[in-house]
Amino acid sequence: MKKVVCYLNQFFGGVGGEDKADQEPFIVTEKIGPVMAINAALKDAEVTHTIVCGDNFMGSNTDEAISRIMDMLKDVEMDLFIAGPAFQAGRYGVACGTICKAVQDKLGVTAITSMNVENPGVDMFKRDVYIFKGGNGAVKMRQDVKAMTDFANKLLAGGKSEGADAEGYFARGKRQEKFLEFKRENTAAYRGVQMLIRKMNKQPYQTELVIPAKELVPIAPAIKDLSKAVVALVTTGGIVPVDNPDRIQSASATRWGRYDMTGMDRLESGVFKTIHAGFDPAAANADPNVIVPLDAMRAYEKEGKIGRLHNYFYSTVGTGTTEAEAKRMANEMIPYLRDDGVTAIIMGST
Amino acid sequence: MVKEFEKAGFTIVHMCNLVPVSLTVGANRIVPTISIPYPLGDPNTSKEEQWKLRYHRVGVALDALTTDVTEQTVFKVRI
Repeated sequence: MKKVVCYLNQFFGGVGGEDKADQEPFIVTEKIGPVMAINAALKDAEVTHTIVCGDNFMGSNTDEAISRIMDMLKDVEMDLFIAGPAFQAGRYGVACGTICKAVQDKLGVTAITSMNVENPGVDMFKRDVYIFKGGNGAVKMRQDVKAMTDFANKLLAGGKSEGADAEGYFARGKRQEKFLEFKRENTAAYRGVQMLIRKMNKQPYQTELVIPAKELVPIAPAIKDLSKAVVALVTTGGIVPVDNPDRIQSASATRWGRYDMTGMDRLESGVFKTIHAGFDPAAANADPNVIVPLDAMRAYEKEGKIGRLHNYFYSTVGTGTTEAEAKRMANEMIPYLRDDGVTAIIMGST
Repeated sequence: MVKEFEKAGFTIVHMCNLVPVSLTVGANRIVPTISIPYPLGDPNTSKEEQWKLRYHRVGVALDALTTDVTEQTVFKVRI
């Protein structure tokens, strides 16, 4: 019987929610949470161990987390590694990608995970790891586990991938050899010329080698004289007045707000708080300046390092928020910033 | 959001904990913060230490805004 090792975060590992996200990694032999479903779906294979680690511990102490987990796995036999599914949970997705890559690189064991297309872990790790196209939340657990375990069963039985689209994982940008029947229409020259003819005739054609492009924006020039510049603060950390007047959602936000800081030297606890559902809010509620650093900005304003601080800060919630919504919200903020002559922005993310 | 602001011509610095995510998404000026729930001040340290760290890292971010870069750059912090 083949052996599989799984990886879960603190939530799916049954430790707890955001207040437990600093959980240090540990290893168990019990089948917990989604591992029960994974184990049940495996043929001629068993999940022998599961690693559990808090998302914040993995995110903030990555090297330490990897080294401890590698230590736990050094005497564990395994044929395959499965992490997640991570759905649209950003830190969990990045953690799954990180540990899958480490297991492959350091232990030479193939790793499989699953995430939603909006998960930042997809773009970071799709070239390195089999990442199955997952749902946006745990209601899709059944489908996402099935996609991973179907493929796991195939690999464990000695089968080969039929390619990203056929299997349902994100394209890794890797080419695989495929033998075609020996005839003229199958030669690369013939296929290439056919493609060129279609292109010249403005007909649709599909390249055989898609090169994924990372979209970078031109770098904005440095501010020449910061002591004359108007600087603005923007956050995705969900800091709002305590009554959340714009009713910004705690996750998957589509709304944002701008809040007046005129005459304030710092953001007071009890006046402002965070409504972000993606982390433990205790520290930010006790001192909102840890996310929107008004106190430090006022100090630099007094010193004359900056011309002045734009009197409003802009806030939304950056967990589960789609790129399209983020793009729209930024563009909605821009006219307000321009109106006040803002040229520089400090954008804080949590 | 960082990219939209930069595209519109604002000089912008991204302060975040998950620097690899910021690099993947495409921020050009990046200053690391210390954690996700408390980016600029660890509540397990004294108020004074938190202030020092916050003042320092915001200062690095402001200096980043005045620094010309030719590629994605993660600025170094001392505390």
